[in-house]
Amino acid sequence: MPQAQQTAQAAQTMIGQANPTAIMFFVLFVLITLGITWWAAKRTRTTKDFYAAGRSITGFQNGLALAGDYMSAASFLGIAGLVSTKGYDGLIYSVGWLVGWPIVMFLISEPLRNLGKYTFADVVAYRLNQRPIRAAAAAGSLVVVLTYLIAQMVGAGTLIKLMFGLPFELAIVITGGLMISYVLFGGMIATTWVQIIKAVLLLGGATLLVILTLNKFNFSYTNLFNQAASATPLGQKFLEPGGLVTSPIDAFSLGLALMFGTAGLPHILMRFYTVPDAKAARKSVFVATGFIGYFYILTVTIGFGAAVLVGQKVITGIDAGGNMAGPLLAEALGGNLFLGFLSAVAFATILAVVSGLTLAGASAFSHDLFVGVIRRGQASEKDEVKVAKIATVGLGVTAILLGILFKGQNVAFLVGLTFAIAASANFPALVMSIMWKKFTTAGAVTSIYTGLIVAVILLILSPTVWVDIVHKSEAAAVTKQVKTIEEAVKAKTAEIEKQKLPGLDPARVAEIDAAIAAVKKDAEPQIKTAKEQMPKAIFPLKNPGIYSMFAAFFVGILVSLMSPDKVAEAKFEGEKLREYIGIGAED
Amino acid sequence: MSSKKSVHEILEDEDFKSLSAQKDSISITLTILELVLYFGFIALIAFNKPFLAQKMGGEGATTIGIPIAVGTIIFSWVFTGIYIFWANSKYDSLVRKVKDKVGG
Repeated sequence: MPQAQQTAQAAQTMIGQANPTAIMFFVLFVLITLGITWWAAKRTRTTKDFYAAGRSITGFQNGLALAGDYMSAASFLGIAGLVSTKGYDGLIYSVGWLVGWPIVMFLISEPLRNLGKYTFADVVAYRLNQRPIRAAAAAGSLVVVLTYLIAQMVGAGTLIKLMFGLPFELAIVITGGLMISYVLFGGMIATTWVQIIKAVLLLGGATLLVILTLNKFNFSYTNLFNQAASATPLGQKFLEPGGLVTSPIDAFSLGLALMFGTAGLPHILMRFYTVPDAKAARKSVFVATGFIGYFYILTVTIGFGAAVLVGQKVITGIDAGGNMAGPLLAEALGGNLFLGFLSAVAFATILAVVSGLTLAGASAFSHDLFVGVIRRGQASEKDEVKVAKIATVGLGVTAILLGILFKGQNVAFLVGLTFAIAASANFPALVMSIMWKKFTTAGAVTSIYTGLIVAVILLILSPTVWVDIVHKSEAAAVTKQVKTIEEAVKAKTAEIEKQKLPGLDPARVAEIDAAIAAVKKDAEPQIKTAKEQMPKAIFPLKNPGIYSMFAAFFVGILVSLMSPDKVAEAKFEGEKLREYIGIGAED
Repeated sequence: MSSKKSVHEILEDEDFKSLSAQKDSISITLTILELVLYFGFIALIAFNKPFLAQKMGGEGATTIGIPIAVGTIIFSWVFTGIYIFWANSKYDSLVRKVKDKVGG
């Protein structure tokens, strides 16, 4: 594809510079969303408006908003990049991001809507002691929100710097400022519409990019894959599972965290309170799952397309992680106009996700901590909204500061941590409170803290943090030493190899080969000794999900059985009635 | 029979029992199917990479692993569709029936 490669070469000069088209599209998006926020502000008075958009969002709208809340710029740019550089392994990763949604539908969405009011803590605390449960659930929510916010903010700064040529700090301040404005003035109504608009733009932009890509392959996926296999250095291996999944238990652990973490994300759970009833909640999951699944299929197609039409060299030349594969492909196929549009969409994508997170954090702070714990359930609507707004500003400023503080740090582990905590601290307590009659206050509180603490500690001790971050320099030194030895061996063997002149006596050739083998063998113990110096993680798995989640379930069950609570058991009947048929559900 | 029943009476009601039993069995069955689908896929990657690396046949480079991965995404969505179909066609009418009995 010489023509495409030429275009891609030209792309090298455009990305990373201030792009007027991108800025124009972005300003347009900001004006529209701020207009909506102004409109929403007039409709945001009560707690029900602020947290739940007055429960006026339809099932279909909420499905789009859920998709907008969930599809991050990191997954759009990151998965396309991973596919373009690693091929099939990127596809494996994208599947993991979808499979939590059916679990949300079958186990969580309807009971959550029927039993709760604004936060998932409402459901856990339904028949248990309010204060300890709300304190624990708020801790789980806030840790998830903060870790995910830091990951999103640092990603935002890096991506916006790459795409718009803006300084990192300015990008974070703009993101944080807009996010605070949406949530502070427009609450859930503005946040919902920002998410809906973003979902439509992102799905539309990705669809167009895929159509333009497939057009180059006569709309045949077979053609695309054939060329992907021949255009990349990995060859046929590009279409096969590779090194991403090495240990089965590691894969299983990450899979569990992704699957059940999705069902424990506070900003996702909160969205089920924006619809009028359980039927609409259920419909919104169906719509969201469809759009998100479609989106991942598009993203994977974009990744394979970029590998062929842009080329891996150009992609990794601009960003080693491959994050610019999608924008580069857009520029190659649709010129500067399309690149500008897609860059603005990526910015909008980040804004929609961080706004949802901030609102979820503010609600945990205000509804659970302030009203539930400090005021023991006695607070006026006015006070609650006021505290939620103060929390919004507080969280927003914290996110901006932490984002700047973590500049240049590897924050990829934070996404894994977010899902591991959500799967361990939030999901087990939520599901047991819905399904298990004998669940008690002590069981719930210990389950939440166990999941939270075990997930955090194990992740710190895991290779992801212990080796890659804490002992980064030692690990790098070992890798360098091994490389030096290997290069020395290579140089030596190449020198010997030179003696192999054409027409040489076969016996002599065998001697030379033996000499090469001897050099290689001599180096083996050296390499082995060097590798033994490699810092080892105390906990072997990259994602702690499997242990932290089972620990949370185990402790929750054990403690509940040891502390029977007749009052909570008696209330289970009423909970069951409300859970299944929605009598008494908040309207 | 009075028009309004106590919580306990409704829970003992045959219609409510059948409603909650049906809902539980559908939810649990579909959850297990989803777990089998996804962790089956993960197990293939972990234990049988050569199976996924097989070519689809013919001249193409496309491997069996690609439709299996995309199929996992599509089937996950189909499962949510099955649940919606069941809930809209059966569950909602059962709920209405029980609600009528409560008088709510």
